[in-house]
Amino acid sequence: MITLTINGKTVRAREGSPLLEAIRAAGVEIPTLCHHEALEPWGGCRLCLVDVTRPEWKGWAKMVVSCMYPAEEGLIVQTHTERVVETRKVVLDLLLARCPETPLIQKLAREHGIEKSSYPPNPEPTDCILCGLCTRVCDHIGVFAISSVNRGAGREIAPPFHEAPPDCIGCLACAEVCPTSCIPYETSDAKRTIWNKTFEMVRCPTCGKAHITTAQAGFYAGRNGVPRSYFETCDACKRREMAHTFSKLSAGAGGVR
Amino acid sequence: MRIDSRERFGAAVREALAGREGHKMEILVCCGTGCLANGSQKVAEAFAEEVEKRGLKAGVGLFTKKTGCHGFCERGPLVVLQPSGVLYTKVEPRHVPDILDKTVAKGELIPRLLYKDPATKKPVEKYEEIPFYKNQTRVAMRNIGKIDPADLGDALAHGAYAGLAKALFEMTPEQVIAEVESSGLRGRGGAGFVTARKWKAARKAAGERKFVLCNGDEGDPGAFKDRSIMEGDPHSVLEGMVIGAYAVGAHEGYIYVRDEYPLAVVHLTLAMAQAREAGLLGRDILGTGFDFDIRISRGGGAFVCGESSALMRSIEGKTGEPRQKYVHATERGLFDCPTVLNNVETWADVGAIIQNGGAWFAAMGTEKSKGTKAFSLVGKVKNTGLIELPMGTTLRHIIYDIGGGILGDRPFKAVQTGGPSGGCLPESHLDDPVDYEKLTEAGSMMGSGGMIVMDDRTCMVDVARYFLRFLVEESCGKCVPCREGLKQMLAIYDDLVAGRGRPGDIERIERLSAGMRLGSLCELGKSAPNPVLSTLRYFRDEYLAHIERKACPAGICRDLTAYEILESCEGCGVCLKACPAEAITGEKKALHVIHQGKCISCGACYEVCPTDAIRFFPKAELAEAAAAGRGGAS
Repeated sequence: MITLTINGKTVRAREGSPLLEAIRAAGVEIPTLCHHEALEPWGGCRLCLVDVTRPEWKGWAKMVVSCMYPAEEGLIVQTHTERVVETRKVVLDLLLARCPETPLIQKLAREHGIEKSSYPPNPEPTDCILCGLCTRVCDHIGVFAISSVNRGAGREIAPPFHEAPPDCIGCLACAEVCPTSCIPYETSDAKRTIWNKTFEMVRCPTCGKAHITTAQAGFYAGRNGVPRSYFETCDACKRREMAHTFSKLSAGAGGVR
Repeated sequence: MRIDSRERFGAAVREALAGREGHKMEILVCCGTGCLANGSQKVAEAFAEEVEKRGLKAGVGLFTKKTGCHGFCERGPLVVLQPSGVLYTKVEPRHVPDILDKTVAKGELIPRLLYKDPATKKPVEKYEEIPFYKNQTRVAMRNIGKIDPADLGDALAHGAYAGLAKALFEMTPEQVIAEVESSGLRGRGGAGFVTARKWKAARKAAGERKFVLCNGDEGDPGAFKDRSIMEGDPHSVLEGMVIGAYAVGAHEGYIYVRDEYPLAVVHLTLAMAQAREAGLLGRDILGTGFDFDIRISRGGGAFVCGESSALMRSIEGKTGEPRQKYVHATERGLFDCPTVLNNVETWADVGAIIQNGGAWFAAMGTEKSKGTKAFSLVGKVKNTGLIELPMGTTLRHIIYDIGGGILGDRPFKAVQTGGPSGGCLPESHLDDPVDYEKLTEAGSMMGSGGMIVMDDRTCMVDVARYFLRFLVEESCGKCVPCREGLKQMLAIYDDLVAGRGRPGDIERIERLSAGMRLGSLCELGKSAPNPVLSTLRYFRDEYLAHIERKACPAGICRDLTAYEILESCEGCGVCLKACPAEAITGEKKALHVIHQGKCISCGACYEVCPTDAIRFFPKAELAEAAAAGRGGAS
């Protein structure tokens, strides 16, 4: 563990862990849009910017994104300096112009004193903030069904060639992780549709609940030697089965003490 | 012959020199991309054919050679005769027999092919007497235009790999780094990081596997120095990289070349094959036991891939997007291994530095910027092309003495350096010495050496908009300030040039620029406001004219500019023919008239009028005149 200063308060943190963790642990709130604990930090939304300095830098400070900057011994972190707050405002102002109708962005902007963007609102309002969480979670699972396409102002999230993505397994991770809930999907006991691709559902052999798609079961089956049947059983039933097994084992060993 | 010892290296050089002893005369035909586009391939073939037909090789020892870019692309195809040093410009295949009959056989000059000095209007005979060349000092480009890039022997005869031999046979890696350190060499890609510091860090970094990379993704509009080096003297790049690899202890390297440079890829690939066969690259280099090999990685044409982290991602086979890194590439770069990335020109300097010593290099330049620097001089100057000069040369010297001044002797307005990351400097900065610090202080930057000269018919608002349009296309779009910021910035500029500017626009531009500068992920976004802020700093009145008076002082923004013909019109009809909108009428030898309703404000008439009888004025005046009931300006 190392010691660093956040807004004048001395805190301890794991060396090399993202500064953001230490900041949040210290009870300081800073907004983020592209960060998720389960995924590699990405540094795209720029909202978690902070000023860092050291005594030996003689007053010089640099602005870094706290989701990626590693916690170091003796670091002095300021999360709300004038230029940090101003830059955050510029970013939110720009995002509000892009997504004028998105509640999450409206709320964040309002919290930073922006009621209306100083730029003309997007004539084609979108809820997608291009935070990249959907594509990153998809890559992380190992599916690689969607990605960002095109560059710059034309950047968007899409399956290859804007067609139903052949690799998609319908797991909904992208939709679940999306902070603005802008990836539409439909799911029922029989079918699930996302990215214009429709999947058959698998029913849990024990309780009959439709909980994953056949494509998901097929994708997971055989991984690390785990058979398909394991994934076809729903989580609740798996837990129940596990509980039974444990209680049997403990009964055989003389009961729970 | 594989060179596997010091003696063999000396023998190889002697052999290469001896092979050229029969070359009593040489005809050098520039086959750089610029000259090729002007048809130099046909010229070279015509020379080779005629020389063969006439048996001049055996007869008088006349040899022809296809070389890399001579730099004076404006006048291509270029042909140089050696040893006389006569330079012929704009040579066509039909001139070939004449050149052989007169100049080669009798020593007579052909005046119409000679270069004419625009200042004195007199033809200049010799290559080295032309101001464009006379004022240059070439280090990185030392052999370009002299050697056949496809011939290793020719390169060896001109001193290639002598620095490598010295490094490998006489110096330890630490000594190599010390020599480069004493030269004061800084990154020629534009940021100006001290090269030796990078090498030292990578040498110290833990890890068995280390990489040495060459950045050949030159993407600034108007910049082409790296292309010319890779095309014209690929061996200088290879030599530098092998020396660098030896210094940091790397065994693998990549040259990242943009795919728009096919000739560079061909010449590099050929040079690498020849160097490998000769024992100058690959396993057991020069028999010293040192292994280092290079692969070429071809970029897909994304400007942002010139940024180091994006370049490395691209080589790794991932999407070429920058990655925020708070660890230096010298510790964790390509494939998370210690990596040294240098620009093409930096690598080309290294061999010469080792060969001649760091002190020799450091003797040129300014206090903090040592040595020479290559620039692509383009825009409204008389002599456009590729130049190399000691650091600290003034912009005035570059533009007026080497560039020959402004085209058509119009007034100078600004010079843009550093590409989309750089800025525009006005006349008051013409006497600034060109070095890293001075350019940055002035609000521009060294960048990759593009230098775009602009005359009075340049609208600075429009120039800033041009770079914004470039960047909107080239931003990867990963981070919000760059992606959304550039889009909104361009929208403001689109309004400015269309007469929709509003009070407060300047403040909005400044605020957004500050946000992008502080908030963007990589240098592309951080430096994107430079063209905006530098034009705002030096040409604020032009912005105000666009906003307050809806006027473009340079007469470039079409929506703000109208043209009319003055009483002094002689009725020559040239403008009438040039007008693409058929907006001009008039009888021969009578005053012509522009019909405002049809005029598209393209300015074609203004450009061609031989008597300067056309003037431009703010379009807003037309409406004012109409309102005043005077019937309009036409």
